Amino acid sequence: MLPIIFVLPIIQLIILSNAATFEVKNIKFSYIDNDKTSFSRELIEKFDASSYFSVQTDFPSTKLASSAMLNGEVDVILEIPQHFERNLLKNRITDLAVTINAIDGAAAGVENVYINQIIQRFNKNAQTELITPFDLINIPKNIVSIPSFWFNKTLNYKTFMVPGILVILVTMITLFLSGMNIVREKEIGTLEQINVTPIKKHQFIIGKLFPFWIIGMGLLTIGLIIAKVLFNVPIVGSVGLMYLYTGIYILVILGIGLFISNFTDTQQQAMFISWFFAVIFILMSGLFTPIESMPQWAQHLTEFNPIRYFVEVMRMVMLKGSDFNDILPQFLKTLFYAFIMNGLAVWSYRKIA
Amino acid sequence: MGIKIENISKSFKKIEALKDITFNVNDGELFGLIGPDGAGKTTLFRILTTLLIANEGTASIVGFDVEKDFQKIRNIIGYMPGKFSLYQDLTVEENLKFFATIFGTTIEENYDLIKDIYIQIEPFKNRRAGKLSGGMKQKLALSCALIHKPKVLFLDEPTTGVDPVSRKEFWEMLKRLQQKGITILVSTPYMDEAALCDRIALIQDGRILQIDTPEEIIKHYPKTIYNVCADNMYKLIESLKKYTHNYNVYPFGEFVHYTDKRIDFNPNELLHFLEEQQLKNIQINKTQPTIEDTFMELAK
Repeated sequence: MLPIIFVLPIIQLIILSNAATFEVKNIKFSYIDNDKTSFSRELIEKFDASSYFSVQTDFPSTKLASSAMLNGEVDVILEIPQHFERNLLKNRITDLAVTINAIDGAAAGVENVYINQIIQRFNKNAQTELITPFDLINIPKNIVSIPSFWFNKTLNYKTFMVPGILVILVTMITLFLSGMNIVREKEIGTLEQINVTPIKKHQFIIGKLFPFWIIGMGLLTIGLIIAKVLFNVPIVGSVGLMYLYTGIYILVILGIGLFISNFTDTQQQAMFISWFFAVIFILMSGLFTPIESMPQWAQHLTEFNPIRYFVEVMRMVMLKGSDFNDILPQFLKTLFYAFIMNGLAVWSYRKIA
Repeated sequence: MGIKIENISKSFKKIEALKDITFNVNDGELFGLIGPDGAGKTTLFRILTTLLIANEGTASIVGFDVEKDFQKIRNIIGYMPGKFSLYQDLTVEENLKFFATIFGTTIEENYDLIKDIYIQIEPFKNRRAGKLSGGMKQKLALSCALIHKPKVLFLDEPTTGVDPVSRKEFWEMLKRLQQKGITILVSTPYMDEAALCDRIALIQDGRILQIDTPEEIIKHYPKTIYNVCADNMYKLIESLKKYTHNYNVYPFGEFVHYTDKRIDFNPNELLHFLEEQQLKNIQINKTQPTIEDTFMELAK
């Protein structure tokens, strides 16, 4: 069992951190060129040059393109209208039709941004080319914003994901192990033998918690080493602070696990309930989708999500170098949560049926 | 007083597991609770070992109430549940050490009490408990239940699923423990083991049928029992059941136990009847009633 507990999460960390990225690459791009001029070709070359798009086909008609989209062969269709070049030169205004496969809404959004960026750049180049000396007087003034990404300069997704995935691994392992624990003893009958002994409730619960606490801390250690060595994630803040927070955080999770264990009769039930909470906690943790973009009521719900605080703290300390005062709100909430959950676990553990 | 039980009743939802149970177990007594599966033996044990709270009635162990003084009771009783419930992935020695520790004692301190039993499993002390045979598991469980020198020992079906030799050994061990002053309440579905107890209570469907010494219980059997045997066992039972004066017919090992409704029963009459049914090698002999006979009679 012990090798499984340690090896599987490490494999998960390595696979997920490499695979889970929000970048959309290899977009299957196709176009319908009704204009066939140097201008339209130039626009298509721009897409060809981009590493995000792999230009696939040139469809002769909208109908064919649509059926290709239906079959899932293309993700994006760009339709260049007739007289594209002429309209642009003469009227300085023209339309382009873009069709995006939005089965995956998140990817479609990203694709839209990429496409807009390329077209905008093309537009600017076209403007400079088309401007006649006569127009020089009324050059439109463009505002250009140059973003600077703090704490993750190159917007490296691994830097962003590794702390979050580490959080999930520590959480899942400790939650499932502790959730299975007392109920397992119920199933095999050892709990009955323990219950007739004079052992105190809190002694029993602490005895049950402690091994998993150690395992959780061990996982954190291994995870941090992998983050540093394999992914070269910067660890700006204090490692001691991360351990301090994780130590308290694991207590919360173990308390939840034992609480579940006390209220179930079989390992199957415990597994089911643990999964229910794990999935909600993980998806509402702000790891995959930002909490800021959730509806108001969901944002309030995340206040009760311990994983949310853990993700925040890990990212803050690892990437930003936050000190104890910065994470104090999360720290206090987690501490409070730990007291409540373990109090409930001790309270709900009954030595008498 | 060892164990005092007064008007204990317990139901689980609609099922009444125990109905108004009252009996006492004296200090230093080896008391047997005899009854078939589902009679309520385990429920009564769980109430007495403070694992379950009765709906009605009171019970006390060495003067401590099972509800109010459960903490004290847990220090002075040893409980061996019917299902093996030690840690299967700990070794024999680790299990013993573990239970000694949670009772705040050491193996050395009470070694003399468990010596007789433990010595038999000591060669396997580094083996995991889950890998032991049934008889050895029982011995380990008994050692663990005794490690804190309990005043009262509760054994719930300790010999179920154990081979006949180990069963005999086990009862010899119980006798020795009794001599050391431990009150023992043991339950069993085996009627032959009942004769080894000081006193027994026959229990069925959550009710006590009779409480007495095994000898007295046998003595009170109202009828004379005949061992009947013949070549064809199945036909013999069928024929006896057809016999108009039969009171009770049931197989008992190689014989059929037969009782008659009439007081002035003549075995020759029955012999004659059976011969008419074309049965051969018929033997009819008087026999002593056993506890099983009594139980069958009471449970009728």
